Amino acid sequence: MNIHSLIQTVQSFVSNEIVLAIALSILPLIFVLTYVLFVLYTEMKIAAHIQDRVAYMRVGWHGVLQNIADMIKLLLKEDIVPASADKLFFRLAPYIAFAGTYAAYAVLPFTSIFIGANINLGLFFLVASGSFVVVGILMAGWSSNNKWSLLGGIRSAAQMVSYELPTSLAIVIIAMITGSLNLQDIVRFQDGGMQNWLVFGGSLPLQQKLLLLPFTVITFIIFLISSNAEINRTPFDLPEAESELVQGFFTEYSGLRFAMFYLTEYANLFTVFAVAVSMFLGGWSSPFGSFMSGPVWGVFWFAAKSYFFVMVQIWVRWTLPRIRVDQLMYVSWKVLTPWLLFCLFAVGIILVV
Amino acid sequence: MSAFGSYFYNIIHSLHTVVVGMKITVKHLFTRSATIQYPTVKKQIPERARNRLYVNMDDCIGCNQCAMACPVDCITIETLKSTPDVDLGLTSKNTKKRLYVPQFDIDIAKCCYCGLCTYPCPTECIVMTDVYEFSEYDRHNLIYSFATMTAEEIAEAQQKLKQYETEQAAKKAVAAAQVKVEPPAAPTQEPPVQPAT
Repeated sequence: MNIHSLIQTVQSFVSNEIVLAIALSILPLIFVLTYVLFVLYTEMKIAAHIQDRVAYMRVGWHGVLQNIADMIKLLLKEDIVPASADKLFFRLAPYIAFAGTYAAYAVLPFTSIFIGANINLGLFFLVASGSFVVVGILMAGWSSNNKWSLLGGIRSAAQMVSYELPTSLAIVIIAMITGSLNLQDIVRFQDGGMQNWLVFGGSLPLQQKLLLLPFTVITFIIFLISSNAEINRTPFDLPEAESELVQGFFTEYSGLRFAMFYLTEYANLFTVFAVAVSMFLGGWSSPFGSFMSGPVWGVFWFAAKSYFFVMVQIWVRWTLPRIRVDQLMYVSWKVLTPWLLFCLFAVGIILVV
Repeated sequence: MSAFGSYFYNIIHSLHTVVVGMKITVKHLFTRSATIQYPTVKKQIPERARNRLYVNMDDCIGCNQCAMACPVDCITIETLKSTPDVDLGLTSKNTKKRLYVPQFDIDIAKCCYCGLCTYPCPTECIVMTDVYEFSEYDRHNLIYSFATMTAEEIAEAQQKLKQYETEQAAKKAVAAAQVKVEPPAAPTQEPPVQPAT
């Protein structure tokens, strides 16, 4: 077979629709895996330095290979299923959780020319797939047949129910301003520089923008808080709660399934901040207008902005203690939701007038 | 404060405290970490720290005082008298050594690092060093044997001593017999053996 025919076969192979679909759906997975390795390392380093320690130093230069070693260790570990666990659900749970997380990547606009599924109900799909993760977590908590795991699962469900509301309200506000639920359209709406970002009122006439500014800023902050709660991370990590529930829903897991939950957590972390960035900070669009913009720079801006917020989250995580269950509910129902409802009405009135 | 006022106060207060906390952590993020990379970098331990025992056998006179002082009985000493014709040398304090020390074992696993053994030593040959890394997989490896004598040397010394003792006993017997024969002359008689120093 000569090179020409080889290229032809490759071309026909790539142009095959199913192959292309698989290739495109694997693309975010590669991104997620590399990103998780990177973020695990930086998280450990930041956590250590915040506490005046130095974290891994032995494996590779300043321990850069530690996570790869850990991964290999997890792969080699025995896969334990407790004798009295609900075997089917126990085995299924991590995959369901990860599937929910990974589904969300379908609607994330990585750059102006790449989005997994350019559907009109992008944000709605995001909220739905985000809730799907809870099914996996609840399943894991229930099937482990362990009090603490069950408590963790239940807490996760309760938390999700109460924090889905502020998140959705923030999404409604964005949908009202941009007139779309498609994340690609929302990002396009904010294209053209920092002043067009929705956190600063979006690309609307100046008068309207100035009126909207305080409400969009509040919405942005509330969205950050509630999305933080949705991914079960400190200060809202009640479902895991190492000190009280011994890792909650993944107490009984080991080996690859445990790794799957870990992957879910970190993939989720990126998703919510990617959504926050796309909704409020212009996603892939450059903050300097046409300077440094384009499809390739788009990936860079999207990743950089999201990564910045991931860093901030890690910083918050290692600063704040875990809040109580009643405080968690208080924050959601008495603070975030009323304020967002107020913002919703205000934005509606401004947009109409 | 009214309920309405405290509601707003709580929101402002919580946001403010979050900012305060994050300021502190970010300050620590950029300060030098306190970690010492232990096996490669070691902290200077205090000058008089008490760690592993060491015995300088050249100076040991086998006086057994350290073993007596030990509260946990971790020191085992066995001594052997030397015959007069053997010169065991001097200690660093210029005293004469008169005893062989065929066994000087310290069970460091029992040692409580009190340092009481070091004070009575007349020649200051048992000391506490600054070595603190000596863990072993087998507990028996923690019994340190400081004696420098080989089995042959010990056997030789024992034999020599035995020979000397029998000789002495024989001489004594002869002397006693002589004394019995001539009782009045005995006190003026010279001692039968001159110790060859």
